[in-house]
Amino acid sequence: METFVFLVAAAICLVGATGVVVMRNPVHSALSLVATLFGVAVLFVAQEANFLAAVQVIVYAGAIVVLFLFVIMLLGVDRAEDIDVEPLVGQRLMAAIVGVAIFALPVLALASTNWEATGIEANLGRLSVDGYDVEELGEVIFTRYILAFEVTSILLVIAVVGAVMLAKKSRRDAELPIEGLYEPGSVGPDGPRRSTNASHSSGSEGDSEEETAQ
Amino acid sequence: MMLAAGVEPSWYLILAAAIFSIGAVGLLIRRNPLVMFMCVELMLNAVTLTFVTFSRMLDDVGGQAVVVFVLVVAAAEVVVGLGIIVAILRKRPTATADDVSLLKG
Repeated sequence: METFVFLVAAAICLVGATGVVVMRNPVHSALSLVATLFGVAVLFVAQEANFLAAVQVIVYAGAIVVLFLFVIMLLGVDRAEDIDVEPLVGQRLMAAIVGVAIFALPVLALASTNWEATGIEANLGRLSVDGYDVEELGEVIFTRYILAFEVTSILLVIAVVGAVMLAKKSRRDAELPIEGLYEPGSVGPDGPRRSTNASHSSGSEGDSEEETAQ
Repeated sequence: MMLAAGVEPSWYLILAAAIFSIGAVGLLIRRNPLVMFMCVELMLNAVTLTFVTFSRMLDDVGGQAVVVFVLVVAAAEVVVGLGIIVAILRKRPTATADDVSLLKG
């Protein structure tokens, strides 16, 4: 039974991963990514990591891929990319060689250890026997890894602040002078800069609309 | 360990290595920054699969705990990375990864 589950999930994973790379349309790549994430979640269940499988589906397929699709739709870049031309001569050949090397290295390392993991058994704590791994996982995270847990909370705060800073308009755009405060042609501190910004943003919007129309 | 007969744990490791190398090749050959980002996610997923497999092989809960942290870091990374990509592509919707080599907007 596990063999069957593994083979089906592995096929889904590999097809999805290949689809991410070869699909021309970014939306199709994102949907292939969903297939791979689901396959990995199934493999988590097959290895009795039930909590991680649920988190994988919720966080990755539910949040991250939706974020990807949201960005694709927001920016209107959901058009096919021309991937027939090779911008750098010989790049794909080199990439294929690198890929084969990256695949062969861990497999050979694994073969040299006779396909077994080297290490200490149950160093931090055993996995639960009855398949409910949440208790053991929570105990380890909140005792042994409590410092790392706190650091990840700081990381999330930093990421939120960074995303807000990246997404918000610059201060010059936000604090536009009131209309008519500066006379036309006068040398206000923000006058010329603001006009160039306005013309630039309107131009880029026009470009994007034209391209989505195509 | 509750290993069903038939599936060796090393199969999972080989599969994870395959997914990782596909993601690495995609990162090298694609030009669309969004697709490159998806390839990074593929590589992260391959690594989490490796962690879970080793956790099962050694009967140790530490591997699964690391996967939780990898998930958190991946979420933070996607938020910041997509923010940067939005900031770039909002100005030039046709930008590829080659166009942003000068570090100026």
